[in-house]
Formats: sequence, structure tokens, C-alpha cells
Amino acid sequence: MIKPKVGVFGLAGCGGCQLEILNLEDQLIDFINAVDIVHFTEAITEHSDTYEIALIEGSVSTEHDLERLEHISKVAKMIIAVGACACTGGLNCLKNLYGLEKAKELVYGDKKDWIDAIETKPVDEYVKVDYYARGCPPTRAEIVDIVRSLIAGKNPELPNYPVCIECKRLGNTCVYEYGMTCMGPVARAGCNARCPSSKSGCEACRGFIDDPNVNAQKDLLARYRLTVEDIMEGFNLYNACKKVNQKLIKNSEV
Amino acid sequence: MATNLNIEVSPLSRVEGHGDLVLDVKNKKIEKLQFRIPESPRFFEAMLVGRKYDEPSHITSRICGICSVAHTFTSIKATEAALGVKINDQILKLRKLVNHGEYIQSNCLHVYFLAAPDFLGVGSVIPLIKTNPDVVLIAVKMKKIANEIVRIIGGRAVHPITTVVGGFTKLPAVDDLKNIKNMLLSLYPDLETSLKVLKTLRLPDFERETEYISITDKEDYALYDGDLKSSDGWIIKPGNYLEKIKEKVVEHSTGKHCRASRDCYMVGALSRVNNNYEMLSDNAKEYAGQLGLTSPCYNTFMINIAQFVEIVHCVDDSIRLIDEILSDGLDESKATVPVRPRAGRGVGIVEAPRGTLIHDYTYDRNGRIAKANLIIPTNMNYANIEKDLEAFVPVIIDKTEDEVRFDCEMLIRAYDPCISCSTHFLNVKLVNNQKV
Repeated sequence: MIKPKVGVFGLAGCGGCQLEILNLEDQLIDFINAVDIVHFTEAITEHSDTYEIALIEGSVSTEHDLERLEHISKVAKMIIAVGACACTGGLNCLKNLYGLEKAKELVYGDKKDWIDAIETKPVDEYVKVDYYARGCPPTRAEIVDIVRSLIAGKNPELPNYPVCIECKRLGNTCVYEYGMTCMGPVARAGCNARCPSSKSGCEACRGFIDDPNVNAQKDLLARYRLTVEDIMEGFNLYNACKKVNQKLIKNSEV
Repeated sequence: MATNLNIEVSPLSRVEGHGDLVLDVKNKKIEKLQFRIPESPRFFEAMLVGRKYDEPSHITSRICGICSVAHTFTSIKATEAALGVKINDQILKLRKLVNHGEYIQSNCLHVYFLAAPDFLGVGSVIPLIKTNPDVVLIAVKMKKIANEIVRIIGGRAVHPITTVVGGFTKLPAVDDLKNIKNMLLSLYPDLETSLKVLKTLRLPDFERETEYISITDKEDYALYDGDLKSSDGWIIKPGNYLEKIKEKVVEHSTGKHCRASRDCYMVGALSRVNNNYEMLSDNAKEYAGQLGLTSPCYNTFMINIAQFVEIVHCVDDSIRLIDEILSDGLDESKATVPVRPRAGRGVGIVEAPRGTLIHDYTYDRNGRIAKANLIIPTNMNYANIEKDLEAFVPVIIDKTEDEVRFDCEMLIRAYDPCISCSTHFLNVKLVNNQKV
């Protein structure tokens, strides 16, 4: 079997998703043997400009990121967005909320004009993304599953149900009972409810399900005498990007 | 022999993030030496403004996936200092244990996956799977155990969940800690094997004395907590760091350079060993001795050996901590201490694996951040890397161009530069026309 050539790339991000690939541990050697990794700046010196599958971490935050992304999308036959930054813009979008010009001034002062920075956007705002490994960071199993499915010629299955389902399955006590807030009713599952299982509210790092039941979230808030404002901040953490936000706001108006 | 050299390495690989090196030598004189970082700026100091006190540790964790625990704890400590939160002994010990987990993980990643290929003359860890399978298997096992420590106690290996301002949202079970201890005990034969391999490596013999800065503590090999110490002879409280650490914007550079007593200083494993050698575990000292690491040591390439010695220390100290926690008895009622918002400023300093990490927050009376300043180890090392290269290039100038390129990359990589961390780094252009 011809091994698919894979490139691993990082745009604006923390390197944590690439680290999770290095963290595959027991599966790492199998993974390296199953695919031909031709580009992985974080881990290898050799790099090639011929690859079929591109795993992209990070969001587009500079003109330089955009140039690189456009180049990658011309070379690769398939693009997998890996992690919250690539999938939803992630936490990087908080700077959009603060205001790009204001942020440049705050951090770089009178040198702000030297800075190449644009409004942060997820990868699919610019190029077609074939698959999404969501989360901050995604689970290792999910990254492996997606690549394994592609090698086998299958479509990876991505969960489209809320985190609450996973908590129910695990028998977790609802974190609202501990006085916390949680995005579980509308957040996309697939992480096995990692945060609620650690007695911490879900921050929707995997984004929202396609058709979120906003009423369920509202009912839950009402039951615990909370308002939408109480959770808006948490809501913004990974989903401050305009496109993602507008989608949910539109849904909540219906 | 290379009288004239024109070297560009772009991107510099096996460093966390992106870095470019440009070196121009004419008639054996350095005309231009650029270590350029075209990393995207992410504006964390802006992201933090207005956020409530329970969020900054989650936000700043995302500065770096490799040292997310260090950022989490530095952030938590800054917030706790600002809000006047005093944690208990159980929380302190568990935090130190999680921190050790990240140290073993990060140092292992750097020594075995990123730096070892340099010393064994290959481009990555991948060819080592065939040539040195024993070492690769040790590295994979060690990294897995280290990640398990953070996952079991922190809830997730990268970007921990349970570690919050005031303590832990959830405590590990007694059996979890016993399992971790057994896993750690299983590492000793692997450390012995690694020692044998490391003893065969020949590191470049390059010395340049500089100022070494780290935190320090009278009772402990300071990683999680301590005062700021310089090898130039001063020790100050974390809250007074601005008295010594100066950030400045450098011409041709948007990266803020740092200096303290001199024009540059080093942070990281070698600084810690130089400043706190006596506090290493006896076992770690024994390993250091066998590998020729003594304090003070002025060879930058010995950073990698210092990182390995720290792995040994962290394994020893984690076992000690687990024994203490288990003998004290895990107490769920002490998982957290109360936290109340108030106005104030707080500084948190932790030794991240790559060096001293500083978060400085000012809170308003509602417990929201009004101002944040973050100083990152790679920024601190930046000027020192530049000075090292200036001193190192003349030493290796008679080698071939490929060898010079390789040696320079290796020197930069020895620092384990975590470029995605460096919030102020981008398009840094170093032009140095000083005659050597």
C-alpha cells in the first residue's frame, strides 16, 4: 500500500495540537509507520512540499498565515483542521473582541505599525476544510481516527450531539449543581465530557452542534436562576469569532 | 574552509514555533546575524483585559501547549497574590506534583525527541526508531507516564482542567497516586539506560559565561515557587521583579528583549542547576556528576544535560511528594480554599521548563483584569542566544558551510526555544555588524 504523504502545519496557536500528535505514545510509532510524514516543523528537520493530507493547527491571524494557508491548500488534496484555533478561530478571537488596533497599541505601543496582524479567523473562512478535529486540544483518539478513516477510504464520523449526552452516559453530576455554569446543552460532544468530568463547566472548545437546542440551555439557566449574560463570557472564550457567534445568535432568536 | 558564508535556515525546525536564522560572513567577519521569529502575534495581554479572575489561567494556558501547566500555575499564582488567597499544604504538594509531570514531559520531549537527533547526526526522531529503538521506546514510555501524571491529577495532559485559583476542582483518588508512584518507580532502569547513552555523546566544547537567573528556595529545588535569584549576586522577592528585569524594544526588532545586571542573561535548566545545584536530589546530583555537569557550568550545550538531570530530580521528588500526600491523607474538604474578588496587583513567578516565567496582573474591585504583563522565558533568552551565536560563529568558522549551519541550529535548539510562547515575538530581525 502506498502510504499517504502527510504535512503537519501550525498557524497562530500554541503548538498543543501538534504536541498531542507527539503525545500519541503507544500509537506514535504505528502512526509514523502508517503515514509518510513529510512536513512537521515542530518535530522534524526534513520538509517537503509534496503532500496529500494537510493537518493544520492554529487560526489565521496574520497576512503571512494567510499566504501559507493558501499555499498549503493548493498543494494538499485534503485539509484537516486540527484544534479549536483552526476550527472556530478559538481563543485567538478574543483579540477581535478587544479590537485589533487597540490590541496592537496595548502590546506594542508606538511600534504597532510594524506588526503584521489581521482579524483572527478560522481556517474555513479562507479555504475548504474537509474534516475537523475539534477541541482545545482535540483528543488524540480523534486525530488518529480521522487519519485512519481516510487511509481506509472511509468518512470519519463526527459527533453532532451535545456534551450533556456524554455527561448523562457517564453518570456525572451536573456541574450546575456545584454552582458553576456550563455550555454542555449546546456544545458539541466528542471529548467524553472532559471538563464536566473534572467538575468544571464546559467552555464549548469544540464549538456548537449544528442545530443547538437553545431553549434547553435557557431552561437550564432559568432553573438555576441564571441569565444568558451569566454565561456569555464563557461562551465567548472559544467562539468569539463573528461567524460562529452569529450562527448561534441567529438560532437563539428563532 | 568557509571564509565567506551565506546561510539561511528557514524555518528552523524542532523548535516549538517558527524561527529563522540568517548569517552572513565575509572574510571571516560576521556582517549580519539574524535570528528571526516570524511567529504570529496573539495579543494575550489584550485578551486578558476585563476577564474575571477564574478565567486567566485557562486563557494563558493556551499561550503554549508544551508548557501549559507552567502558564496555568504562574497565572493562578499571580491571581492568588492579587486576591490575597493563601493555599494549604495539600494544594501546594499536588500542584508541585502536576508541575513535575510537565517537567518530565517537556524535558523528555526536548532531550529525546528534539535535541537527541542533533547529537546522533540525524534529522528527526523518526530514523532513530530503526537505529536506536531502545532510546525511542524509553522516550515514549517516559513521556506517557509524565502525561499521565498531569492527566490524572489535572484532568487533561495538555491544558489542565482541575487546577484553578484556590485549589483543585477535583482531587485524584488514593489509588491514582499509588499508580503514578509505581509508574515513576518503573522509570529508574530507563534513566540508567539513558545515562549510558548520554555518556557516549560528545557535546561541543563551547563556553561563554553569562548571568544566570532562576527562582530559588532554601528548602526545595525551586520550580514552582521561590525568590528570584541571579548568579551576579542578588535575590529579590517575586513582586519586585521590575527592579531587576528590564524589557526593552530593540531597533529592528518588535520582540522585547530582556536584561538584568548585564546586557543579556540566561534562564532555563542550566541557570537553575547553576543557581540551585545543592537542592537537587542526591540521585540527580549523582547523575549530574557522571555526566560532567557541575555548578557553575558555562557551556550552553550542557542545557540538555541539565534537562536530563532535572528529569531525574523530578522523578525522585514526585515519589517523595506522593509519599507525603498519602501519609498526610487526601482531604476532600481541603481541595479548595475560599476566593473573593478584590482590587490589587499580583505577580506570579514559576520556573517553566524553558525558564523563569512571570505573569503580573492588576485586578479591579470586581475581580476583573485591568492590566496584564507577561514575560516569557524565550524572550529572556533572546539576547543571550544572540550573544552566544556571536561568540560561537568565530569558533566554528573554519568548518564547512553545512557544518556551520548545523552547529548554529544546534546551539539555538539547545535553548529549547518555545517561540509560540513568546507573545512579543515576530519578524525579529537581528542585524549585527560588530566586528568579531
